[in-house]
Amino acid sequence: MYEILNKEVLAQGTVVLNEISAPRIAGKAKPGQFVILKANETGERVPLTMADSDPKRGTITIIYQVVGKSTHMFADMPVGASYQDVIGPLGKATHLEKVGRVACVGGGTGVAVLHPITRGMKEAGNEVIAIIGARNKDLLILEDKMRAASHVLKVCTDDGSYGHHGFVTDVLKGYLTGPEKVDLVVGIGPVPMMKFLTKLTKEYGVKTMVSLNPIMVDGTGMCGCCRVTVGGKTQFACVDGPEFDGHTVDFDELTQRLAAYREDEAKSWARYKEECACRTR
Amino acid sequence: MSDKPVDKPKKDKVPRQAMPEQEPQVRARNFEEVPLGLSAESAVLEASRCLQCKKPSCVEGCPVNVQIPEFIKCMAEGDFLGGIRQIWQRNSLPAVCGRVCPQEAQCEGSCVLGKKDAPVAIGNLERFAADWARKGGTAELPPKAPPTGKKVAVVGAGPASLTVAGDLILRGHEVTMFEAFHRPGGVLVYGIPEFRLPKEIVFSEVNFLERLGVKLECNTVVGRSITVDELFEEGFDAIFVAVGAGLPKFLGIPGENYIGVYSANEYLTRSNLMKAYLFPKYDTPVVIGKQVVVLGGGNVAMDSARTALRLGADQVHIVYRRSRDEMPARAAEVHHAEEEGVKFQFLTAPTKFIADDKGRVTAMECQRMELGEPDASGRRRPVIIKGSEFILDCDLAVIAVGAGPNPLLTSSTPGIALNKWGYIDADPKTGKTALKGVWAGGDIVTGSATVILAMGAGRLAANSIHDYLMRGW
Ligand SMILES: Cc1cc2nc3c(=O)[nH]c(=O)nc-3n(C[C@H](O)[C@H](O)[C@H](O)COP(=O)(O)OP(=O)(O)OC[C@H]3O[C@@H](n4cnc5c(N)ncnc54)[C@H](O)[C@@H]3O)c2cc1C
Ligand SMILES: Cc1cc2nc3c(=O)[nH]c(=O)nc-3n(C[C@H](O)[C@H](O)[C@H](O)COP(=O)(O)OP(=O)(O)OC[C@H]3O[C@@H](n4cnc5c(N)ncnc54)[C@H](O)[C@@H]3O)c2cc1C
Ligand code: SF4
Ligand code: FES
Repeated sequence: MYEILNKEVLAQGTVVLNEISAPRIAGKAKPGQFVILKANETGERVPLTMADSDPKRGTITIIYQVVGKSTHMFADMPVGASYQDVIGPLGKATHLEKVGRVACVGGGTGVAVLHPITRGMKEAGNEVIAIIGARNKDLLILEDKMRAASHVLKVCTDDGSYGHHGFVTDVLKGYLTGPEKVDLVVGIGPVPMMKFLTKLTKEYGVKTMVSLNPIMVDGTGMCGCCRVTVGGKTQFACVDGPEFDGHTVDFDELTQRLAAYREDEAKSWARYKEECACRTR
Repeated sequence: MSDKPVDKPKKDKVPRQAMPEQEPQVRARNFEEVPLGLSAESAVLEASRCLQCKKPSCVEGCPVNVQIPEFIKCMAEGDFLGGIRQIWQRNSLPAVCGRVCPQEAQCEGSCVLGKKDAPVAIGNLERFAADWARKGGTAELPPKAPPTGKKVAVVGAGPASLTVAGDLILRGHEVTMFEAFHRPGGVLVYGIPEFRLPKEIVFSEVNFLERLGVKLECNTVVGRSITVDELFEEGFDAIFVAVGAGLPKFLGIPGENYIGVYSANEYLTRSNLMKAYLFPKYDTPVVIGKQVVVLGGGNVAMDSARTALRLGADQVHIVYRRSRDEMPARAAEVHHAEEEGVKFQFLTAPTKFIADDKGRVTAMECQRMELGEPDASGRRRPVIIKGSEFILDCDLAVIAVGAGPNPLLTSSTPGIALNKWGYIDADPKTGKTALKGVWAGGDIVTGSATVILAMGAGRLAANSIHDYLMRGW
């Protein structure tokens, strides 16, 4: 059993942080890697990136957006409760090396995934420009941590309620040419954002890494559920990724595959809401 | 009439006792086990058919040489405890093997009675004895040797690993099994469906090992959570690797990534391990197909097709590029699938998938094949008939054309030698790999094979590991 030692509710309850006891995983986790969690006997296997890990405490931290049945169920678990299963670390670690100037661009909950990578990029000796965005000020997460992990932090909101009014890509543009041009972009966020961002950086010829989040089952390369097309070839995101060269990713296919179970997910979520209502009544 | 020679009066022959089964129309819609098991009376009758051959060919046909006539003799006398003890000497998973072994190609295929009549139903008797013991016939645990102080790590928890764990714990070693999934059992749990092998049976076998003292650590992906080298650092004296052949093969044809096109591994894992057939009680969903195509001709294809029926398909086609005779599936599975209404398209190969604007598969284009000249193996090779393309409508397609070695463990284990296909090179007599202190067996050495061969490899490796621990490499 994997106990929740710490829990924080962020972004007005739409995002939750859990620090979980998992000593074996904590000792091995590297930036960019993920775990798979299963809450209970009937639960599904949910992949989430490790936002942090602490080998001394024997813990890992996950930060997730509350979207459907499984993440709601996770969010309903109090400190002291346990996940039945946590598997990891899975996926390839981010390749952290000194390349010069790096832009780390994050949208929404993607910022949680981006944070350890940003920190790692800085530790590797890069000059790190962090650009993070959210729909509005209340939904922005990890601003302070991102500031500490980078040299320069730029914040954007879609509605202009905080920082730059507009998208992260607007701000990124300033770093794709001219004296402040970056050597590498790391972009993590919702699929439409990554698609748009890579289109832009491709125009400027700046290498861009993205982290993909296809639906997964085992996370060890045995089912092929997570297949994505990269550079015209099928890759398994759980073992070949989750990070890939963004300029060669087929984002349209990823978008379609992410919608594979929409109806079932809605059914599951409705059922859960009903069950919760019964319990509180 | 009267001048015809009179027939010698024949001894009343006992016919092969039929296994009662759920009716095809009923079972095709539920996940309960298909064969219902012999009654005690028919088991005794069936056992009485055995001739107790002096040189029993059935034993030679069995990959682990179960002492078949001896066990059947006990059964014929109604001594079921004696029977199961005889089996246990060579086979630690009889409830599993009685259900999934290809007996027609092994013990029963070699039985002398089979030359003129039906062979003794060895598999059904084995199943009966094991079920009898599990259902309370005996709770006895085999005797354990005194502790040796040696520690063995077993990687994977499929049949090869279960065998090694059972053998070595009885010899007094400490055994810890590391499994990547959240449940032990390997293919027995994630691949073979409930209606063919109830999971309760597998878990009871694992529970038996745990009662003997085997430690089980699930959720541990060796190669990621911990490496083979780190297992040695943790104090293990020997390591047995049996991670199976879990890498799904795809066809490499256009449209393979459309929604509704699955590898058999994914389809069966969702349904069996994650219990998607009980959605929404269980959270994992699976695409429910009405018109289903399954590609391949082995057990995996049969299991996928029969699962699709049970999940509510109107029509299921198995599409296979060779002819019926070349299908590698167990005869019983093909028979069961046909009874349940699965249709076969032989000498047919897929060329591409077609989808709607949401990327959901709607059809598969195929080509007809004919058997050409024999190839190197002597099998006539299927060749494409030009211009024979046709369309099969489908909203679910399951690709069951084989599996390969998963490189997760091997690529993180420097020094372990692999063959050209990526399987681990291991001595067929001992299971020794190129790395000192590391053994391997089962599908990760042989490629996809059978439960009993994996167990046989486990048995050999256990013997070799024991020798190593007690006497040195
Ligand atoms: C490698 C990886 C890392 C991820 N890291 C994070 C993270 O750090 N923080 C975060 O908030 N989210 C992360 N995700 C996404 C997260 O897994 C999904 O949001 C979650 O599974 C939704 O489950 P649900 O039941 O709450 O919602 P549902 O209503 O079931 O699903 C909502 C959407 O999530 C996606 N999804 C559903 N099931 C799965 C599944 N088994 N695997 C992957 N995606 C699925 C689908 O697109 C679906 O439409 C990651 C995904 C992957 C593959
Ligand atoms: C659908 C299907 C139907 C079949 N039907 C039959 C049948 O009717 N009769 C028959 O005889 N055979 C059948 N087979 C074949 C048979 O099941 C296999 O040959 C047998 O299970 C192989 O045993 P194994 O112990 O080598 O590996 P597996 O059973 O594959 O077990 C390997 C285990 O190792 C785990 N693992 C993998 N990687 C790691 C890692 N890195 N770290 C830790 N653990 C890991 C896996 O999760 C798995 O639990 C079937 C196979 C399939 C897929
Ligand atoms: S070959 Fe057949 S008849 Fe002879 S001992 Fe074996 S099971 Fe009995
Ligand atoms: S999730 Fe199964 S292969 Fe990646």
